[in-house]
Formats: sequence, C-alpha cells, structure tokens
Amino acid sequence: MAHHEDTHDEPGVIPANKEHIKKIWMTALILGVVTAIEFLLAFTMPRGTLLVSIFIGLTIVKAFYIVAEFMHLRHEMKALIWSILIPTIFVIWMIIAFLIEGGEVYGARY
Amino acid sequence: MATEVSLKNPKRSIWDGGQSPFKASYGKLMMWFFLLSDAFTFSAFLIGYGYIRFSNPAFQGSLEDYAPSQSVWPVPEMVFDAVPFLHVHAPLVFVGIMTFILIMSSVTMVLAVEAGHRMDRAAVTKYLLWTIVGGATFLGCQAWEWSHFIHGTENGLTLADGTVIHGANLAVNEYGPQLFADLFFFITGFHGTHVLSGVILLMIIFYHTAVGTYHRRGHYEMVEKVGLYWHFVDLVWVFVFTFFYLV
Repeated sequence: MAHHEDTHDEPGVIPANKEHIKKIWMTALILGVVTAIEFLLAFTMPRGTLLVSIFIGLTIVKAFYIVAEFMHLRHEMKALIWSILIPTIFVIWMIIAFLIEGGEVYGARY
Repeated sequence: MATEVSLKNPKRSIWDGGQSPFKASYGKLMMWFFLLSDAFTFSAFLIGYGYIRFSNPAFQGSLEDYAPSQSVWPVPEMVFDAVPFLHVHAPLVFVGIMTFILIMSSVTMVLAVEAGHRMDRAAVTKYLLWTIVGGATFLGCQAWEWSHFIHGTENGLTLADGTVIHGANLAVNEYGPQLFADLFFFITGFHGTHVLSGVILLMIIFYHTAVGTYHRRGHYEMVEKVGLYWHFVDLVWVFVFTFFYLV
C-alpha cells in the first residue's frame, strides 16, 4: 500500500459497521416519533388522568431507549444493570410519598 | 511447580481486585454512579414540583376560558406558547423544537462514541463538533425561553388592587402562584447548568480529539464517558419536558 500523506497518524481505522449505524438512527427515529405522538396528544386529547398516564408511559419508553441504547446499558453486564436500576426504587417511593403528602396539604388548606 | 500454580491462581473472588467485575473501566463505572446520584437530585426537584402542584388548586374548566391567576396552578401549554420572531399562540412548539435539538445532539454523540471504537479520529472530531453545535443551540433556545418568561406578556396580570405584573422572577409571577416561577427557574436552570457543563466537557474532548491525544493513548474512552453524561442530560430533559411542559 502506498503511504498516504493525510493518514500518516491514523493507522487502524476500522470501517463502520452499517448495521450498527442503522440501529443508532432507528433509536433516534423512535425517540422522535414518540415525542411527536406526545405533542399530538397534547392538543387532541382532553386533559385528565388518562392523558397524564399516557404521557408518563411514553416518557418511560423514551427513557428506556436513551438508557438502554444510547447509554449502552442494555449491553453491559447484568450486575451493572441491576446496580444502576435497583437504587431508583428510592425514587419510586419518594414519588408516592410526596404526591400523597401534597394531596394532604391541599386537603388541609382548602 | 505447584507453588507457582497456586500463586498464579490464588483463591480470590472477582471482587478482590486486579480485574473489573463489571467488565467496565473504573472511569465509566464512576460516571454511572455519579449519574445515578445526579438522577436523585433531579428526581427531588421534579417530585418537589409535583408535591407543590398537588398542594395547590388545579385549573378547572375548558382552556378557552383560561386566565392566569395567582391562586390557581397554571396550565403549562397556556404559559409556554411563544415562539421567537412570531406573535402567535403556538403552545409547546418552541419546547418541541428544543427537545428535537437535544435528541439530535444525543444521536451525534452516539455516532462520535461509535467512531471512537473504530479509532476513526476524523469522524469523532466531526460528530463532536455537531454535538457541541446542538448543545450550544439548545442553550441559546433556553436563554430566549427564560428571557421571554422573565419579561412576560403584553397585558400582564392585573391584581385585585389594580397593580399590573409583567413576567416573572423570584419575587413576582404573572403566570400563576409564585412557586411556579421559582420551580421553573430552579429546574430548567439546573438542567441548563448541566447542558453548559456538558458543552464545556465536549469542547475539551473535542480539542483532545483534534490534537490526537486519544489516538496516541490508543482508545477514546474519554469520549464514551462524556457521552454517558451527555445522554443523561438528554434523559433529564425528557422528564422535564413531560412533567413541566406537557402534564
């Protein structure tokens, strides 16, 4: 092989894996579509518990794709996945506790 | 030779050191645990928002009759309905654009990490630059959003005693209860600070990629670590978008 002037410090560039790149763009497409759906629902559905539940569900879908694919957590070891996921139980408890508390404060005020 | 064998294979668990039980480097692991702790901080902010919102009266009735009041929690799409350069009622459009920008910058970040695995310095440089552009654009959008929120609407809010309030800050708020404005500044501000530090980190690794530091080092792990941080910032925005703007 002839020695190229502009690549003299770039030995061993591995060519891109088309499948891999395609997967990244698929994840991006899913995130974009889910956001578009949320946007659409915000204007077509009446506000209420059902709409809020759908929003939360779609948010979790987006969070899953960002953490699993973009942050690559899905492809890490099981032990690592669990050490990141299990501590978020505290957050779930915190949501329950504080939202109930907020409702109680409302009841006491009004 | 039996001694030698036992020295080479001492009875130790994989947690006793000398290897990576998670098959991830120290730096990446610590980034994960930092992000976990940061997730708790953001959760506390957003749950605080939920708590305060639940302890205030919600707006009842149809959106056509919506009028901001300091005693009723505002409907976000009636507050965030402005777009730069246009005088129209376009609820959530600008925030939608900001969300799109941040998701796209996350995509270019993954592409940079992917290129790093392949030791493709030119591609890493290119995608990092796009990510910086995306992050900086997002920050610019947020600056506009804040500025609009602070200056307020033309009519403002007329209080019972006749005084008119324009916009919001930490002392007054024309859109709703004072805490709504405070939480807006704290939550989007804290997220914006994360984006700003992310952009600074990106600039540093962009420089090191461009001058070939990581190439000489033989791996682009630093790009991966900053990538994790950058995706986390995107992740937080997904939650802020839902709980501050949509719900």
